[in-house]
Amino acid sequence: MQLTRTARGFAAGLAAAWLLCPAPSLAGVLPDDRADLMYHYYDGGGVQIDGPSVLVRKKFAEKYAVNASYYVDMVSSASIDVITTASPYKEERTQYGLGFEYLRGKVTYAASFSNSKENDYDADTASFSISQDMFGDLTTVQLSFSRGKDDVTRRGDPLFSGKVDRHIYGVDVSQIVSKKLILAASWETTTEEGFLNNPYRQVRFVDAGAARGYSYERERYPRTRTGNAIGLRGRYYLPYRAALQGDYRWYNDTWGIDSNMFEVSYTQPIGDHMIFDAHYRYYMQGAADFYSDLFPRSNFQNFLARDKELSTMDSQTLGFGVGYEFTIPRLKYVQKLSANLKYDFMRFKYDDFRDLRPTGLTPGAEPAYSFDANVIRLFFSGWF
Amino acid sequence: MTLSRALLALLAALAFTGCSHVEPWVKPYERENLADPIMAWDRDPVASSYMRHVYESREGARGAAGATGGGCGCN
Repeated sequence: MQLTRTARGFAAGLAAAWLLCPAPSLAGVLPDDRADLMYHYYDGGGVQIDGPSVLVRKKFAEKYAVNASYYVDMVSSASIDVITTASPYKEERTQYGLGFEYLRGKVTYAASFSNSKENDYDADTASFSISQDMFGDLTTVQLSFSRGKDDVTRRGDPLFSGKVDRHIYGVDVSQIVSKKLILAASWETTTEEGFLNNPYRQVRFVDAGAARGYSYERERYPRTRTGNAIGLRGRYYLPYRAALQGDYRWYNDTWGIDSNMFEVSYTQPIGDHMIFDAHYRYYMQGAADFYSDLFPRSNFQNFLARDKELSTMDSQTLGFGVGYEFTIPRLKYVQKLSANLKYDFMRFKYDDFRDLRPTGLTPGAEPAYSFDANVIRLFFSGWF
Repeated sequence: MTLSRALLALLAALAFTGCSHVEPWVKPYERENLADPIMAWDRDPVASSYMRHVYESREGARGAAGATGGGCGCN
């Protein structure tokens, strides 16, 4: 938590430095007026999630901008966790967001608020950021801060109540290097305090008295977590009007998770109306210190986890997208429209999370779990 | 912690030098390629925000890839 206080002090000083800077004479630019309507679909590991998403952005007097978003997840889950320790279920998550931006010279101030609600989880997030173009607009620096407060409940247990308090500090620097190359670096620290585990998930432990050789007990996580992420990315304009991007992210946290992510993306316009995208992403992580697929006995240690997202794992994503831009002359206030379809194939592999569906095996000798997922996004965008 | 302090010190230096004038080595009229929509970091925000949520719900790491809201829908 000392890091948090240090970062907070520096961030306050930096914000003061920006505010004391005289406003530069040339103006920056706010995002275009735009509306997006999307249908999203995810199917993988026994879980289907789909729903709509809407995002609208509107400028006023080239100095102010507002944005509003609405998002729904309709979840039908029979995941490996659910079918081995609980019963399949359906639920809905709804998220609203509202944001405001103010441009003064080359400095953009932004504030936003979002609420996410499920029948057993309610999350509020407030975010603030200051970004400034500098060095002849070759460099953009952004400082951001988010504060989140979550309320956690458990279905069928009116006495249970948990809370999460979250702080996120971020710095982003984007740099134009040449006429064709732009680079960016991001640093983000997240601190969380409160009830951080899933209120339903259980760990398993060796139990010679049980018919299958193991039994379950509730997960127990530390009540604090601090994570640091550093991201680097570059985007290059190729000689034949196409773009190539590379991304890397390193992540480490106080739970012992260490991860690396690599991604390469390619964008190719075809004619005046079509844009084709392709990307490949590889993610790998080491397990949390208190994770085990099978603990030697009940209450083996202070903290216990069998969440596969905290295990040693990797995931690969291969995605393609195609967009078609067009205009409808009758719609006078709409400059341009686009219809887009994006598809991603994902493969998740777990080194030390075992598939408990096969029966009759010695506990700990079950096959490692893996699953594939298909992700589809169909969306329409309009610029006005 | 040392890394964090070094980064913040660097940014503090950037913040104060931001008040001074620096001659850009890529002139505004030379940024035609960079201004092409295909060079945007986030051309389709509604779609990329969704994918960040997909990743963060199924992986242990998060951050340094743009802001997302709370909630999960991933139990």
